[in-house]
Amino acid sequence: MRTQFCDALVARSTREKLLFLTGDLGFMALEPLQRAMRARFINAGVAEQNMVSVAAGLAGQGFEAWAYSIAPFCYARPFEQIRNDVCFHKLPVKLVGNGGGYGYGVMGPTHHAIEDYGVLLCLPNLSVFVPAFDEDVPAIVQRAGDAPHATYLRLGRGEKPPGHVIPDYAPWRQLTEGAGSVVVAVGPLAGTCIASFESMPSERRPNLWVLSELPVAENPPPPTLLTQLAQAPGLVVVEEHVRRGGVGPELLAWLTERRYPLRAYAHAHAQAHHYARYGSQTYLRAQSGLDPTSIVAMAQAQPASGT
Amino acid sequence: MQIGNREIRVPAVSPLTPEAVLAARRRLLTMHFEAGVGHIGGNLSSIDAMLVAFHEKLREQDVFLLSKGHSAGALYIALWSSGRLPEAELLTFHKDGTLLAGHPPASGVAQIPFATGSLGHGLSLAAGTALGMRFNGSDGRVLCLTSDGEWQEGSTWEAFIFACHQRLENLTVLVDHNGLQGFGSTDDVASMAPLWEKLQGFDADVHAIDGHDLAALRGAMDARSDRPQVFVMRTVKGKGVSFLENRMESHYLPLNEAQFALAMAEQNRA
Repeated sequence: MRTQFCDALVARSTREKLLFLTGDLGFMALEPLQRAMRARFINAGVAEQNMVSVAAGLAGQGFEAWAYSIAPFCYARPFEQIRNDVCFHKLPVKLVGNGGGYGYGVMGPTHHAIEDYGVLLCLPNLSVFVPAFDEDVPAIVQRAGDAPHATYLRLGRGEKPPGHVIPDYAPWRQLTEGAGSVVVAVGPLAGTCIASFESMPSERRPNLWVLSELPVAENPPPPTLLTQLAQAPGLVVVEEHVRRGGVGPELLAWLTERRYPLRAYAHAHAQAHHYARYGSQTYLRAQSGLDPTSIVAMAQAQPASGT
Repeated sequence: MQIGNREIRVPAVSPLTPEAVLAARRRLLTMHFEAGVGHIGGNLSSIDAMLVAFHEKLREQDVFLLSKGHSAGALYIALWSSGRLPEAELLTFHKDGTLLAGHPPASGVAQIPFATGSLGHGLSLAAGTALGMRFNGSDGRVLCLTSDGEWQEGSTWEAFIFACHQRLENLTVLVDHNGLQGFGSTDDVASMAPLWEKLQGFDADVHAIDGHDLAALRGAMDARSDRPQVFVMRTVKGKGVSFLENRMESHYLPLNEAQFALAMAEQNRA
């Protein structure tokens, strides 16, 4: 998604109030943006705490300041700067974390971001964007950029099945239809489920929804999903994020508080910050039960309606 | 300017007289005593710089950033003394419903752009503000007051590296070098003595001045350069109150009644 992100910001860079900061990352990816923005593209160096506070200072002077790094360096290292300097002052700083979830795979757990949006959504005046597909990125850059408050954009790897037509971007989109469970996937994991779900018979095929904007409280499930849920065997939430602070508990609370009946609930989530052995994003997802086979099994384990 | 929901008319410049300095120190001590609040030592070491800044040096387009947020009392008093904060607000200091918290608030006082109090944030915020002014084509300047212990924070060095690399000529840093921090002297805890020599390796103009000499403070704030300027102010923690001067207790402890009376009597003799 970095290419799409770069292209979208290049298109937006005609706005003179837009400034871009990077924590010394973006080699062989962000050069077009650097060329387009010239002095307004600032390599803030390997100093993320400073980068975020500088972005706050710039936002205080009326700028739309984007701050980019590998995901954990963008929210974990400078957390207090995000909290105190950005969020407390409702400043429109746009944080961008590349490689959300286990995106950096075999690079190891220091580079993973599996508690990012849970941590950040504890803060006021901040919303989160998790694009699922490369095609989502331009619309999300516009929505994040136009937001009057802080945003965090979790960039990952778009995993659209070849030849599949994706609906136009919206915070909630339905990707497969059937009479099976309602599966809510956060971000790119949705794309990994499509092919497996489509191969299932329609009476067991899940209604797969992808969610790309958080928190749930500000992006409630659409009426169609709620209607499906009333008939479905159950709800499965799938996310490359730890359970605590994840969409699963938040969505469950949202539904329970409104007395929506659930026949069953299951949650596939990141299980560990590191395992005994390292591997790719696909390998680590499988370790956590976030591979398509495990997700299908989880959905099928929910007894069909009426049984 | 706006204070809470009130509009305040601010005089452009109000020359800082010795009488105004004395009145401000008395008001600071009274405010802290009535509120039962400590942190007096670092307020007394830095209030002279803030009085000079707000009375004489800060223009409408300039920004003052108190990085050492625990000297909020001195900031409030400087705002009050220069006509930017009404007496009625001072009377609420530290009380329920006040705008004037123990550290500078996130909103409600126009002259306070950022909530500070966690050390190591102010210089980055100042650098971002100064850079924003440059991009805006503004002739505004940023004055950032840090503590000396705060230079133990890695983020302060990140900020200084950035400010020097960007050659933020519109940034002046004042360091309240009173030599005492929360649980010891800066020399005993993590010595960088002399601090100004450590800073001199960077692309900045670095000076050491007497932080209680009004003429020196005026000169520092008037100075212009083509790169950031740092003035390490040699100050006395608890300045002007004999039993607080250079005492670590003055970092935290509030005055009792007898101490307050003695402190005020010393101000009258000053």
